[in-house]
Amino acid sequence: MNILIALLSGLIFGLGLIISGMANPAKVLGFLDLAGNWDPSLIFVMGGAIALGVFAFRFGGRRTASLLGQPMQMPTAKQIDRRLVIGSAIFGVGWGLAGICPGPALVLLGAGAGQGVVFVLALLAGMALFEASQRLPTSRR
Amino acid sequence: MTIDWTHFTPLTALCGGLLIGLSAAVLLLCNGRIAGISGIVGGLLQRYKAGDFGWRAAFVSGLVLAPALYRIFGELPQSRIDAGWATLVAAGVLVGFGSRLGSGCTSGHGVCGISRRSPRSLVATATFMSTGFVAVYIVRHLVG
Repeated sequence: MNILIALLSGLIFGLGLIISGMANPAKVLGFLDLAGNWDPSLIFVMGGAIALGVFAFRFGGRRTASLLGQPMQMPTAKQIDRRLVIGSAIFGVGWGLAGICPGPALVLLGAGAGQGVVFVLALLAGMALFEASQRLPTSRR
Repeated sequence: MTIDWTHFTPLTALCGGLLIGLSAAVLLLCNGRIAGISGIVGGLLQRYKAGDFGWRAAFVSGLVLAPALYRIFGELPQSRIDAGWATLVAAGVLVGFGSRLGSGCTSGHGVCGISRRSPRSLVATATFMSTGFVAVYIVRHLVG
């Protein structure tokens, strides 16, 4: 059942990205180009998602188990540290270079775009690089 | 700054956004999980999370299959990728590495984190938006 819910959730997420136009990197870059001809659409996408999300998290945050009896696995980290800021900064640079973040990358892959395939492979390589860096004895956790 | 009225699509953006919110709500309320895509994909690469593989792979499959589902009802909207191959590879590596180091991306921090009113996610979102703006400014207006 969990697997089915996850599949359904992924499908809805993907449809949301397609309908909102966020699966189109040119449109995302149109938002990030503040100095150019600016397309504010992304704010409305986040606004819509957060408007619904606020209620879901308010309701879900009070529960100890999900509707299907699974444990609620909420993020526990509270610290605003260097790792959070540097990681987010690096992510933003990559996002700005191509206009693609992880969700749209997977949708582009599914749409059969060759660039989507290449981007997802590079993304996985970046994530594997992160995993490897965490195993280095000198790395600070 | 000028507003690009020809490409600005507030209504479909809002509808798509509501679907993204719905997806996050379904995953949270049914499975107790955060719909953070970089975290879900990243977990697939961690061997000690092997017991978790099923739902993660299913969520990713849903995203990959979404265009096929959309095509049943109509033609897929056009998308345009301007980045060249070298830029795509560099961008992909930065997005993969950065989102894991920063514990989240546009979905985990930007949508779920802000919905939970997490100060951490607010800082992360402000940071990646800022560097995204700067990266585009440099590429389009300084170099380009």
